[in-house]
Amino acid sequence: MDKQRRKFLKIAGASVVAGLGVPVIMKLSGEPAHAAGGNAAAAKDTLTKEASKAVRLGMVIDMRIFTDKPELLDDAISSCINAHNVPQFPDKKNEIKWLWKAPFKNVFPYHSSSYASKKIGKVDFAVLCNHCDEPPCVRACPTQATFRAESNGIIAMDMHRCIGCRFCMAACPYGARSFNYQDPRPYITKYNNEFPTRMKGVVEKCNFCAERLALGQEPACVEACQGTGAIIFGDLNDPGSELRAVLDKEFTIQRKPTLGTKPSVFYIV
Amino acid sequence: MYNKGIIIPGLLILVLFVTFPIWFNGFTTAGDLPKPELPPGGEKECVMPADYMRANHMKLLNEWRDNVIRDGNREILEIAGVKYPKGLQTACMKCHTQQEKFCDSCHIYVAVETNCWECHLTPDMATSKEATH
Amino acid sequence: MIEKTLKGKPAYWIWLAFLGMFMAIGAACYIRQYNIGLSLTGMSRDVSWGLYISQFTFLVGGAAGGVMLLLPYYIHNFKEFGRITILGEFMAIAAIIMCLMFIMADLGQPMRALNVLLYPSPQSILFYDAIVLNAYLYINILCGWVILTAERKQVKPPKWIYFFIYLSIPLAISIHTVTAMLYCGLGGRHFWLTAIIAPRFLASAFAAGPALIIIACLILKRVAGFDAGRKAMNKLVTIIIYAAILNMFFVGLELFVGYYSNIPGHKHAFEYLFFGLEHNGHVYNNLVPFMWGFVVLGFGAIAVLLTPAARKNDLVLGLGCGALFLAFWLDKGIGFVLAGFVPTPMYDVVEYIPTANEIGITIGIWATGLFVVTVLYKIAIGVEHEVEKC
Repeated sequence: MDKQRRKFLKIAGASVVAGLGVPVIMKLSGEPAHAAGGNAAAAKDTLTKEASKAVRLGMVIDMRIFTDKPELLDDAISSCINAHNVPQFPDKKNEIKWLWKAPFKNVFPYHSSSYASKKIGKVDFAVLCNHCDEPPCVRACPTQATFRAESNGIIAMDMHRCIGCRFCMAACPYGARSFNYQDPRPYITKYNNEFPTRMKGVVEKCNFCAERLALGQEPACVEACQGTGAIIFGDLNDPGSELRAVLDKEFTIQRKPTLGTKPSVFYIV
Repeated sequence: MYNKGIIIPGLLILVLFVTFPIWFNGFTTAGDLPKPELPPGGEKECVMPADYMRANHMKLLNEWRDNVIRDGNREILEIAGVKYPKGLQTACMKCHTQQEKFCDSCHIYVAVETNCWECHLTPDMATSKEATH
Repeated sequence: MIEKTLKGKPAYWIWLAFLGMFMAIGAACYIRQYNIGLSLTGMSRDVSWGLYISQFTFLVGGAAGGVMLLLPYYIHNFKEFGRITILGEFMAIAAIIMCLMFIMADLGQPMRALNVLLYPSPQSILFYDAIVLNAYLYINILCGWVILTAERKQVKPPKWIYFFIYLSIPLAISIHTVTAMLYCGLGGRHFWLTAIIAPRFLASAFAAGPALIIIACLILKRVAGFDAGRKAMNKLVTIIIYAAILNMFFVGLELFVGYYSNIPGHKHAFEYLFFGLEHNGHVYNNLVPFMWGFVVLGFGAIAVLLTPAARKNDLVLGLGCGALFLAFWLDKGIGFVLAGFVPTPMYDVVEYIPTANEIGITIGIWATGLFVVTVLYKIAIGVEHEVEKC
């Protein structure tokens, strides 16, 4: 109890300090390290650099490969469903989605789709949680049931703590979150014994397969696409990673970049 | 004393009523100590000594929960040469496979309800809808 | 003072029983929802907030509106409000109780509600909302009770209570500001992402809240022999008219920004609210009648309240205030929250229709609020009559 109180005071104190220390200078460019400026900017840059040493997991989805092999995406989706006991509701109202597919104009509504190539209109894009670097859902959560894991940048959910207020669902600009409007178990066709199900009244979403990563496995969707290069997974903060090599080489886009959420999922169209 | 005839039997009934749990448990089997069944697989070693687990398993489970979900500490435990990833389903229930005969036996006795199984699967539940891989 | 609630005319008891019936129905509906889940509501993956949260938002306004009685009385020494400030405070208590009930009804895991305090999250606006709402509730209970007790004993209220009375004024503003911030801080929702939400909420609260108090006064005059006085009522009407015009003005500004800038994201929700939004060959227009109802009733009510008749005739005044309250309920208690989900983040349109079970719970909570208001007003009027007799 006393420990809890001390923790609360610490948080309260820290938030006051954070309030006072609002960044004086906001950089125009989103990239760290490059911006020139006064001492304050330089000091902030060192901070950003320091922070960037931590792992930030990310993903490149190469839609050129999914365009050629649409069944590959179905495999990825079903392996995700099996790995996480994701229920399949027949109705749209109660739907639970971790990894799913949608057309370009729905996934990238702010990109122009007038006179878009016919090919783009027909392809289904892979959609999942963006594991943003500046996640609005984490800011909204009143209990820290959803939070950014410091060790790898995954936006995780603590189902034990979620109160089901659905503030995160209103906050997420990507529609990546689902709410268990009722007990999901009757709608799960096959159980994976290594992973729990959810109960009614909590929010869930893609967890970048944190439980598989711990065992040294790749995320289920990445594994399902193995050898094709359709999904590249890795550390965005590691300049030597395969992921960064692909990002250096190819032109990629993120969903709704203007919102400043810094998505960790990139698309090659 | 006035109304002796009412007060004394009334008091007696009150005492009997208040002590109901004691003598009821004495005459029936409801008061017998529960005997949780040990792992059917015959495993003898746990993550902690039995005494500690009996008193503190709920604390340990909460600690594990925070370790795994919040602190990114998904340690893989090795017990008697077998590896178990931290977790109720991935570690505890690999040996203590029977919720009804292990967990419930004490929990019903002390009337402490658990809600673990609203999300977590017991091996029995999992096989009811068997995954193919 | 509580004993005053136990003595009343048959009409009082019939009214309470009538409300009690709806409370019982609401409770039964809630038990169903608690056992089965929120799938019993019309809410969906895409429209994840519905009637509960929109009623909550509207009722925070009902609570904040009471400050329009405190401010003239305590700051500007407008004596005529002396008899009715207590009505404002008691109205606020009932409104906040309803707010908290609506929040609880909306939670997926209500038993974990205290997690908000157990794991304080200073980055979440909901954390602050929980704090200011509860603070406002307890301050109003404290002020209302202390002032009423003093009145009953025919003495001046103790000096220390003024600290809390003055504190309750900024707190009233803050409850609605923080509630607005729940919405206007969400980057992904165009309709809500505007700095005018807080001022608009306050304007509509300062019109709808006092309108409800006028209606309450008119009813009390007929059934309880309590006369708030013409002068007080007319002052309230002036306040209501200014606030209502401001609200309409703010809505107009929103429409200007959307349509003049011609940015689709800014227009979609308004298109959906007022004209129907076409998407994939289907026109979605569930809310159009409600919103035009808001426009017609809103302007109509302002016009009626501006007439000299409203200042003399109780019926005209009552109708004007009733229409205004209903108009602003349609705007904030229906349109505002639901339109925020159109279009969805995946640029789709999903409409929301509340279910019978959900409406049952909603009516049950409204009935509870009316019950609380009735009982509290019974105490206030009882004390008033007792003092008059001396």
